[in-house]
Amino acid sequence: MMSRTARLTDVDRGRLAESYPDVFRPSPWQRVKALTVIVALVGMFLFGMVWLGFSFEKLATGIGRLGVVVGLMFPPSSGGLLHLYLKGLAETLAIAFLGTMLASLLAFPVAFVAAKNVVGQRILHFLSRRFLDTIRGVDTLIWALIFINVVGLGPFAGILAVAMSDFGTFGKLFSEAIEAADTGPVDGVTSTGGSVLHEIRFGIVPQVLPIMLSQVLYYFESNTRSATVIGIVGAGGIGLYLSNEIHQQNWDRVAFLIVIILITVAAIDYVSSRLRFALIGRAVIAHD
Amino acid sequence: MLLGHYSAAVAAKRRRALLFALAVALCATLAVWGGEVDLRKFVEGLPRLWSYFHDIMPKLRLTHFSADFAEWFWNWDVWLSLLAETLLVAYVGTFLGATIGFALCFLASANLVKNAFARACVRRSLEFCRTVPDIVFALLFVYALGLGPVPGVVAIAIHTTGALGKQLAEVVENIDMKQVEGVRSTGATWVEQIRFAVVPQVLSNFVSYTLMRFEINVRGASVMGFVGAGGIGQELLSSIRQFYYSDVSAILLMIIVTVSVIDLLTERLRHRLLGIEGRQ
Repeated sequence: MMSRTARLTDVDRGRLAESYPDVFRPSPWQRVKALTVIVALVGMFLFGMVWLGFSFEKLATGIGRLGVVVGLMFPPSSGGLLHLYLKGLAETLAIAFLGTMLASLLAFPVAFVAAKNVVGQRILHFLSRRFLDTIRGVDTLIWALIFINVVGLGPFAGILAVAMSDFGTFGKLFSEAIEAADTGPVDGVTSTGGSVLHEIRFGIVPQVLPIMLSQVLYYFESNTRSATVIGIVGAGGIGLYLSNEIHQQNWDRVAFLIVIILITVAAIDYVSSRLRFALIGRAVIAHD
Repeated sequence: MLLGHYSAAVAAKRRRALLFALAVALCATLAVWGGEVDLRKFVEGLPRLWSYFHDIMPKLRLTHFSADFAEWFWNWDVWLSLLAETLLVAYVGTFLGATIGFALCFLASANLVKNAFARACVRRSLEFCRTVPDIVFALLFVYALGLGPVPGVVAIAIHTTGALGKQLAEVVENIDMKQVEGVRSTGATWVEQIRFAVVPQVLSNFVSYTLMRFEINVRGASVMGFVGAGGIGQELLSSIRQFYYSDVSAILLMIIVTVSVIDLLTERLRHRLLGIEGRQ
């Protein structure tokens, strides 16, 4: 191996350097540019640390306290509240499931309006897209707070919150899927004298339905995760117990709750990725 | 003959669709029962939703527009600094998380680390960081580090480490190994192999994923204040809870505009990066 290396440096390097000057000697301009970006990023980071009041002293005591907490977490224990926790977990799953379902049902028709190629109205397209973006820009927890004012505390507010924020996401994703659909089948339906609704039903829907379903499944997964925290603001699910136990510093119960959440999320992940695989094969969907 | 096959195929498809619909309906019924869905409550609440949105709308009159607008955003300087804090929390958290995740992703890749046990350890801890929601970490750290933006930053950093580390490990596992072999044949160490053979292949993906994560973290940082972990969330929470209607809409508007601007900027940047990538 050494001899090969030696030969490479002796014979080829000069010629290679001549033919690929960019690789061997990047222009100073490029160097300066890369350096500036790095310095700016790191500078911003240091500035942020100072502004936000990071101090190693505080961090060290914090880590000490965290160590104590982690020590108290073992062994995890349900403290005799297993049935309550399981009920909370069921509520969490119900919130994620119904919220995702409601959102996909609502977003399905809207997506056709928001897609460029179906309605073909530029203003309508623009307005519906901005509307969906606005809904998407508000976090699920904020929607939960708003819906608590409307329907009161409890899982129902959580369902509506998940449905609302996913409505924005699905509307965008679905309309992108519709825009990417092949026009061939649509033309075929048109040529037999089909109306616009026929075109949508027989030309577009069969193409986009599997994609939409797999996106819905993916979001069901991620909604299970967000539905676990929605209880922190009082909108149902296991998050309520989690935040209560943290506030009351029952660390063994906190650990127990985290463990059952992890198990549930892993199980849902497994099932839904299997289903998604069956639906569309190993296609890539945007990760959250 | 052909028609018979056709109708058989269609019937099979119909049966499958029906089965699927039944399964979904069953799950939905169970969920309705478990989620305490009450349609009456919803119908009663619906007009309240409408009036809520009506109430939080500012009272703007064209004749006194500037005065009304100033009244709507009466606390704008405080909100703006809180918004800046939110962005900084997201930035510092993303930076920390991306740096650690970047370092760890190579250790979690099957093609670079042959030791299955070490790899599994890194993978499982990344998955743990990813699955626990950032706001749960924030709750824990608020207890350990005290109220303020620092626990928010740490929570976001940990979640980002997990999410980015896992995504990047997948990218690293799909690289072209010939370049690694080429660099290894010159006698380069493991770190040098990664620096000169792996990093150039994954850098653009890495930057693009990090930008996407920053976008998500800005949204996440906007609610960190709900648990006392800094940013504008605290202010939003108290104005919603105390029914300061016009404040709610003002803060929401500021959040939405910020999130949209960040979305737009990162999308531009990502497209430019991918464009550069495509040209090479």
